[in-house]
Amino acid sequence: MLRLAPALIITLLVLPVGAGLVMVMLPAFGYLPVLGGHEASLAPWQALFAQPGLARSVAVSFASGLVSTAMALMMVVLFLAASRGTWLDRGIRRLVSPLLAIPHAAIAFGFAFLIAPSGLVARLLSPSLTGWERPPDALIVNDPWGLSLIAGLALKEMPFLLLMSLAALPQLQVDKRLMLARSLGYSPTLAWLKTVLPSLYPLIRLPVYAVIAYATSVVDMALILGPTLPPTLSVSILSWFNDPDITRRFMASAAAVLQLGVTLAALLCWWLLEQLTRLLTRNWLTNGSRQRGEIALRMVGRSALLLSSMTALAALVGLGLFSLAGFWRFPELLPQMLTLDHWQRSAPMLVKPLLNTALIGLASTALATALVLATLENEHRQHLQPKRALWLLYLPLIVPQIAFLFGLIVAAESLGIRPQLGLVIAGHLLFVLPYVYLSLAEAYRRLDPRWLQVASSLGVSRNAAFWRVRLPLLLAPLLTAFAVGLAISIGQYLPTQLLGAGRVTTVTTEAVALASGNNRRLIGVWALVQAGLPLIGFMLALALPRLLGAKRRALAT
Amino acid sequence: MANNRNGLVATISITMLALALPAAADPAPSNWQAVLEEAEGQTVYWNAWGGDTRTNRYIDWVAEQMQAQYDVDVAHVKLDDTGSAVARVLAEKQAGNHDDGSIDLIWINGENFAAMRENDLLFGPFANALPNFALTNADENPEVVTDFTLPTEGYESPWGKAQITFYYDSAQMETPPQDMQALLAWAQDNPGQFSYPRIPDFTGSTFLKQALIELSDQDEALYQPVEDADFEAVTEPLWTYLDALHPHLWRSGRTFPDSGPNLRTLMSDGELSLAFSFYPTDAAVAVKEYELPESVRSYVLEGGTLGNVHFVAIPYNSPHKAGAMVLANFLLSPEAQAEKQSLTMWGDRSVLDIEQLDADAQALFEQGERHPSELPADALSNTLPEPHPSWMTALQDAWLERYGVN
Repeated sequence: MLRLAPALIITLLVLPVGAGLVMVMLPAFGYLPVLGGHEASLAPWQALFAQPGLARSVAVSFASGLVSTAMALMMVVLFLAASRGTWLDRGIRRLVSPLLAIPHAAIAFGFAFLIAPSGLVARLLSPSLTGWERPPDALIVNDPWGLSLIAGLALKEMPFLLLMSLAALPQLQVDKRLMLARSLGYSPTLAWLKTVLPSLYPLIRLPVYAVIAYATSVVDMALILGPTLPPTLSVSILSWFNDPDITRRFMASAAAVLQLGVTLAALLCWWLLEQLTRLLTRNWLTNGSRQRGEIALRMVGRSALLLSSMTALAALVGLGLFSLAGFWRFPELLPQMLTLDHWQRSAPMLVKPLLNTALIGLASTALATALVLATLENEHRQHLQPKRALWLLYLPLIVPQIAFLFGLIVAAESLGIRPQLGLVIAGHLLFVLPYVYLSLAEAYRRLDPRWLQVASSLGVSRNAAFWRVRLPLLLAPLLTAFAVGLAISIGQYLPTQLLGAGRVTTVTTEAVALASGNNRRLIGVWALVQAGLPLIGFMLALALPRLLGAKRRALAT
Repeated sequence: MANNRNGLVATISITMLALALPAAADPAPSNWQAVLEEAEGQTVYWNAWGGDTRTNRYIDWVAEQMQAQYDVDVAHVKLDDTGSAVARVLAEKQAGNHDDGSIDLIWINGENFAAMRENDLLFGPFANALPNFALTNADENPEVVTDFTLPTEGYESPWGKAQITFYYDSAQMETPPQDMQALLAWAQDNPGQFSYPRIPDFTGSTFLKQALIELSDQDEALYQPVEDADFEAVTEPLWTYLDALHPHLWRSGRTFPDSGPNLRTLMSDGELSLAFSFYPTDAAVAVKEYELPESVRSYVLEGGTLGNVHFVAIPYNSPHKAGAMVLANFLLSPEAQAEKQSLTMWGDRSVLDIEQLDADAQALFEQGERHPSELPADALSNTLPEPHPSWMTALQDAWLERYGVN
């Protein structure tokens, strides 16, 4: 039974993605009988390449994915190098989970309101410093270069990369490495960068790739912050799929295939940059320079991540203010009056989506955790090296959602699987499982094997040892993985909407539908609810081990 | 394991669905009693744009009434884009799902209706057979059976009326521009304070049509398919106008708001001084919900503005057509239409010929005092009809070609 787990996981993840891609590939090359497309043709591609601004759309998608990931990664790395053991380090570690829990769209809305010419920052300075009685007519949000999109993406990627790094660091025996480097006279930040980073990067490489894939194809953040003339490729694709002129589906499908190409090209480009960096830094790593750049690196490392965390929090505060705001116009820093109206009107509509969200999140995360545990336990019992085929796990993270979900509906409908709760849960599993695996695998593998040897020498069966020794010892990472899974599930929009045909409403589908009405006060209410749910998950994940594990604490240390 | 379990759930629920559904042919709307009986106990999935809390609240009220009066369960599937419902029905047809679709009723008009009709994605004709349809007095009010110049032929049932309505802050501006040329002159004097939603947005496209009707002297051509007209010649004045207007728009026309509702948010932020909406009561509602200052006033351009009727339609593969028809009929009842028109509920205008109703029904439509931000009652008489739907697509493509890349 256990031996089947890895194969089962891969089938569960690869089949839907593959089926979805095939059903998009066919219309991309002209085959869609329902619209009269009976033979292969390149017409969809010709139509696509004739779209004005396509090259720019592609360029912005490609560049914003790479640049935002590079920024986020650099912030995280320099922070870890420069802040070790400081109060800042402890503070940010506590903040990272809540930051991860804020959904993308919520961050985007909050961030847009922060930096817009009529936004919070401009209000803080107006009219006293700027003299502005009216907001200036400046193009900041939706700038044609995608700079505000890049900044927004970096804000959201930073906590994820930080959490993944924090999860990987303990196995690197950082203290010993640093002690050695310090004793050779290296300054603290440089010691970390030269001795820890080269071993850390391979461990967080897959998460980095997942971030790039996500950022090149993101829809919700690009809609809010991204350029408009033309928009990013992913935004164009969505509008073509939903175009009243349904013959555009051919071109939309071709564009979805192009999106896959853009994402793969960005990944390839990143890989080349990795090789280049390795070459260029080889000398620096071993040149024996112990101090140069220490102060600058330390300053940047401490301030950049702090600044971005504060920005994300300020964005959230802006949303909170709006959810309570009466009339509130530029340049007033605070609303003229506060009211609970928006919350009261939303409250009755919150119940069902909240229940659905919790049910889908718990079910998909529980399934994902069980499957991941089975795979890891199997690996351990068979003394296997991590299977190479397991990279397939990341397929749903690498292939853009927009490239295969539209096809997946057709595939499911063809098999007679109708939209319903079960299908939505299965769809969420696609995205939750890889993240649970990412969060849990390293902790699982590095658990000291002697605990289990001791257990078996005491005559405990392997199954009993799993339940009574391994799981309790892994409670903390297990709960973190569970909380990450919940957060991922709660944030899913397209899979929920498409696989549930809109019948299965979650907090996120309701929030997106309401967001199309652009009422910022309601957006504030729903975004806070959306962010609050995973936050509860993370808080439980932190609190539960302390409550449950009190009597085992002596064991763990 | 998970796979099996999900598969099992799917199989069980499909079997249950199949058992619950009568395998009989589509219900005939002419036998209304039979439709009512068949509808009992059905759940109607009504796909309707969900971006407006007032519309949502009205649909909730409708659901309560339907449950109480007809034992029909109405589930509002909130869309962020009606096109996604069209795409869904198309995907189901592509997959061969011809009788168990996931959508029972769609809030629709214009291009989306034309596309669904053209691809045989709609059930009908049913609308003219609805008992309450007679109250629209369609012979005298052809707009309730005409959608963007296309005859509806009973494939959709009228629900409400919309018309382009401008609004401005009377505290900042005394006399708002009354036609397109005045708008240009005003924008030149007040740069950066007006814009329209980015094409292909629905409201933005409507602004293009509004400007075209006013600027072109070949209006007849607009009511025929675009293929029959000299597109370049007819639209030439429009592009000249936009070339002149764009540098004076918000952000100098380098970006555009992403949707109609976004214009309201920008008004609220004080970035714009003049905006427009498809819903005549939009500004008054926004004042009530703290989004706009109380000094906001609504008006219609002197030469009239574009208006249209919005409808509900039933997809060809809906498994609950009887329930959907009962719902469409209820939406046409004086009770439901009056509730919809009241400003405290939604403020969407009625499609019924109110003067033809009996006195009791007419009394339902009497409202209290008008909201000062609302349009005067007589302002909406000057309605320009929508051009042929093919013009919308052609204008959108031409706009994107000219202004889509900056």
